[in-house]
Amino acid sequence: MGFFLTILTLVVTLGLAWRYLGSYMAAVFEGRVHFLGFVERPIYRMLGTSPEQEQTWKRYAGAMIIFSAVSIAFTYVILRIQGSLPFNPQHFGAVGPALSFNTATSFVTNTNWQNYGGETSMSYFSQMGALTVQQFVSAAVGIAAAIVLVRGFSRRKSPTIGNFWVDITRCLFYVLLPISFIAGIVLVGQGAVDTLAGTTTFHDALNGVTQTIARGPAGFMGSIMQLGTNGGGFFNVDLAHPLENPTGLTNLLYIWLTLSIPFALTYTFGKMVGSIRHGVALLAVMVIIFGVWVGFTANAEHQNNPAVAAAHVYSPVGNMEGKEVRFGDTTSALFNVSMTQTSDGAVDSATDSFNPMGGFGPLSGMMLGEVTPGGTGSGLYTLLIYAIIAVFIGGLMIGRTPEFLGKKIQAREIKLAGLGALVMPITVLVLTGLAVSLAVGRAGPLNVGPHGFSEILYGLTSQGNNNGSAMAGLTGNTSFYNIIGAIDMLIGRFGIMIPALALGGVLAAKDVVPESLGTFRTDNGMFVGLTIGVILIIGGLTFFPAVSLGPIVEQLSHLRFF
Amino acid sequence: MLVHLRRSLVLAVICLVFFGFVYAFAGVGVSQLLFKHQADGSLTANGSTLIGQNWAATKCPGNPMGSCVFNGRPDDTGPYAANPKDNVSGGDNPLVANGVSGESGATNLGPHSKVLLADTKALVAYWHKLGVDPTPDLVTTSGSGVDPDISALDATVQIPMVSKATGISPARLRTLIRQQTHPAQWGFMGSSYIDVLQLNEGLAKLEK
Repeated sequence: MGFFLTILTLVVTLGLAWRYLGSYMAAVFEGRVHFLGFVERPIYRMLGTSPEQEQTWKRYAGAMIIFSAVSIAFTYVILRIQGSLPFNPQHFGAVGPALSFNTATSFVTNTNWQNYGGETSMSYFSQMGALTVQQFVSAAVGIAAAIVLVRGFSRRKSPTIGNFWVDITRCLFYVLLPISFIAGIVLVGQGAVDTLAGTTTFHDALNGVTQTIARGPAGFMGSIMQLGTNGGGFFNVDLAHPLENPTGLTNLLYIWLTLSIPFALTYTFGKMVGSIRHGVALLAVMVIIFGVWVGFTANAEHQNNPAVAAAHVYSPVGNMEGKEVRFGDTTSALFNVSMTQTSDGAVDSATDSFNPMGGFGPLSGMMLGEVTPGGTGSGLYTLLIYAIIAVFIGGLMIGRTPEFLGKKIQAREIKLAGLGALVMPITVLVLTGLAVSLAVGRAGPLNVGPHGFSEILYGLTSQGNNNGSAMAGLTGNTSFYNIIGAIDMLIGRFGIMIPALALGGVLAAKDVVPESLGTFRTDNGMFVGLTIGVILIIGGLTFFPAVSLGPIVEQLSHLRFF
Repeated sequence: MLVHLRRSLVLAVICLVFFGFVYAFAGVGVSQLLFKHQADGSLTANGSTLIGQNWAATKCPGNPMGSCVFNGRPDDTGPYAANPKDNVSGGDNPLVANGVSGESGATNLGPHSKVLLADTKALVAYWHKLGVDPTPDLVTTSGSGVDPDISALDATVQIPMVSKATGISPARLRTLIRQQTHPAQWGFMGSSYIDVLQLNEGLAKLEK
């Protein structure tokens, strides 16, 4: 009953976000919101740019790549010299070079894969100045890229697609900052820790035990890390930690924060292209896949853990290994599915200890390319890439040049969309193959047998999709995993984002063909079904052989232990 | 190209100052002003109500260790080690999770892991020795390694053990558990739970 009310609450609150945050974001990116003009204008002056100076897609992409490279360099340097920087009450030394590179790449690409334990290796300076900053910035970059692709559809014969600097400044100040600040206050009010005072040590007279409690500025990091679908928490166990995710309410708020922007962007899309129905069609694709995945994963986690059942403990039913009592089994499954259908990757329970089909839920969610609803921005542009492929297939079936929102989809668009759709599966599968064929790669997993393979596959899928969720038994802090992980994240981010920007530029330059009777409709149930089919076929078929060696064989090996 | 680089550097510095420090410091400031207790980690005289402790290490004169208080979940070392000396420095797990001192962590053992099976069997035997018929929560470890809570059923199955060691009647312990049970937040968010620290503080009052 509680679980259904949780879902109902999410449906209502996300519905409101979809409608109002969606139209607000459209207003922000169309330049109709000005209440922070006094911050916005000086920044444009310092940057030497202005909203009137529009860029071609190539200049836009150039600015984005160079800004990302500079961000990686900044983050890397801060981690390397944190020992000499202030706000380091536990006196942590420099982070190693391979780990710093992996972490810098991870946060700049919106992945937040963490090969470190936050409370035992990162100073407050690093957590705030290196990591939290990128949680804002990487989300803004992703949203900006999605807006470019939307402009591709909304503009006609336009050589330019917006100004990168203006788009991310507006996104940072008008969208991300206000929401995360308000959410941060709620989180701390519920019990999330937020202090600069360092650890504290206690002696409990009741049991005679002395205990040290790690603390830090975690609450306000939590709000932006979720709103920006980043997912890299302050503590090693991320949002399972009671000091960052203290109550049922904060757990639900974290889910809402993560899903709000990715869902709402479909409304923004509909509004900017002048057809809310098209936004609803994309929303329907997202909601249908999301609902199915939550359903079967929650069901899998509401079964007994095989090892616990084998030890003759059956009741009450539910897999509680790696889960927190205050959340329970089904809500934990909802949480981890929400974080892997987006590019968030936070966990409130150990995915590694999920039942085989429960672990398959988050893993396959990432394999579908994280489009339902996907990351902030990346979800929308990747889904639009799939939608273009769906339109193309639909066009082939009826024998007409395919059109999407009046824009002809021709060879060049299909090549770009194909590139965007294939880059992730190829990268992930090649790197997984590499990892399992090398001794350094096979040394990573904690578990043996099919679950060990799942850990490797999960880790590389997660990084290739810029997710950051982990089956945390994988020891990722080795030179090998740090470096292939960083490569995986860079290709997964820019290998899709650049084709998306190019698509935006190419489409914006086109004129609109008037709709005729024979036009393949892209706002009805048929189109929704076709797009879902494309997503499931691309994700499902490319990864099926790999998945069958991991979670599927594990599920079938009933009563066998490895 | 150069203009991109210059703008990137400028914007990176602006973001560092604004989203790194102004945002975080404003956050700490507002938190300390409005919710000092929570922002400092929900600390009470005996520890944080949000961080689990190692109740299994409690010395109980004339009785097995840990049997005169309600125990939390056997996070990480807890009774696994079967040697309470190992976790004197820890919480109910903790602070030695993953072998890294001070770091939170789960076991990350897969559902078909032989290690998990052996650990679970050892825990079942451990509880049986204390006269407790354990629930799944009591033989599994949490996601954080510092889960401060158990369910009402998890506490109820420990009544025979606690009653025997403290001499408090099962009926009074049942009343205490009922008083200490928090319903799911607003009736539906998450699960119903009992904070083990508060439960044992209540138990200490009954003993006086």
